[in-house]
Amino acid sequence: MNYAFDFGWLADYWPVLLKGIGITVELTLVGGVLGVSLGIACAWARALGPAWLKPVVAAYVEMIRNTPFLIQLFFVFFGLPALGLRMGELQAANLAMVINLGAYGCEIIRAGIQATPKGQFEAGASLGMSRIQTFWYVVLIPALQRIWPALSSQIVIVMLGSAAVSQIAAEDLTFAANFIQSRTFRAFETYFAATLIYLALAIVLRQLLRGLGWTIFPKRAAR
Amino acid sequence: MSLIEITEVKKRFGDNEVLKGINIDVEPGEVIAIIGKSGSGKSTLLRCINGLETIDEGSISVAGAQLLPDELHLKALRLKVGMIFQGFNLFPHLTAGRNVMLSQMVVRKTPKAEAEAMAKKMLERVGLGHKFDAYPDQLSGGQQQRVAIARALAMQPIALLCDEITSALDPELVNEVLAVVKELASEGMTLLMVTHEMRFARDVCSRVVFMHQGRVHEIGPPGEVFANPKTAELKQFLGVVH
Repeated sequence: MNYAFDFGWLADYWPVLLKGIGITVELTLVGGVLGVSLGIACAWARALGPAWLKPVVAAYVEMIRNTPFLIQLFFVFFGLPALGLRMGELQAANLAMVINLGAYGCEIIRAGIQATPKGQFEAGASLGMSRIQTFWYVVLIPALQRIWPALSSQIVIVMLGSAAVSQIAAEDLTFAANFIQSRTFRAFETYFAATLIYLALAIVLRQLLRGLGWTIFPKRAAR
Repeated sequence: MSLIEITEVKKRFGDNEVLKGINIDVEPGEVIAIIGKSGSGKSTLLRCINGLETIDEGSISVAGAQLLPDELHLKALRLKVGMIFQGFNLFPHLTAGRNVMLSQMVVRKTPKAEAEAMAKKMLERVGLGHKFDAYPDQLSGGQQQRVAIARALAMQPIALLCDEITSALDPELVNEVLAVVKELASEGMTLLMVTHEMRFARDVCSRVVFMHQGRVHEIGPPGEVFANPKTAELKQFLGVVH
């Protein structure tokens, strides 16, 4: 083995990496917030919504959960322009991530909703609340608390999966790493650095989500 | 006109007819105990009155509000009758105070400050003013049930339905809940309660309804029903209970 390891030069490319990190964080933030929102809406529809809506949402969820993210991304970016829906690579990446997390989040959140004791719905109804009001004010928060660890993991998975968006030239962290590697041919150092950065991002994201859980949910509301 | 009019109500679960034509009229301020064996239909009857169960035949009205299965009519009816459950059903993510405030703000659109004042008042009324900021899982069963009563009262119902509200409580906690109910009765609240507390039924209620196999088998003032049961079924039931 005569490869001379050298990490010093990476400092020159720090701005490139930093820009990539920024894009990855932005994609995760938008994808996370909108994806979870879509997941909540779909979970409501599948668990408590009108009968006509359930198969529609089920079809969407199963379509997304049984196809690769990369294909979903390509379809949005390369396929949809045929229908006149042309968008930039970042928009396409955001959209694909929202749609992807929406489907997985739907199933996780639905499990939380369906574990709600019947008495909670009855208490809401007997106080004069509509079904939607009961869902929104009574059922949702304890349901999210029940499944928060699983949902947090899914958000982290989506963040890590965002590496795929480099394939449509969205300039995320992976795109930056590929760019640096192609300039320097120093694959080990480049991807080692990218690995550490993803690891750090994932750990920080997990802690943030845990902290968010502490602020949204009071102690033991899930019982 | 009676406050609550239950006329020829029938209810089936599949082939099983659990209510076979119930007729009861309740006057304002009456306290009615519904007793009977499990499976006699007493809980189902109570749940029909505020639309938690649909009825197949007959009619129910509360202070002129007719029981109809659409959300608008149900809401109008449910604003007139509150319900207390065996399992309390407090909202676990909200404090006692918030539990009492929520439906006022969401359903009646009461401003927050006003709802909070009402919640304090109602929690005081059930002896739990100091537990405003406690979460349900920090309260005993008896305290939780009293919060549930405060929550129902905050909607200012004209009648309360109590579905075995002391059955899930430890024996030493039963009395604190019954004391609250007794006070409500003495203040003139109309109460319909499914209960196994025979002593309470005898002391507090104006009429006792004995249900058997989906029918009102006997009805009358507690003195009469308990001292002079007319039917063999009631005799046997009271014998079993004593």
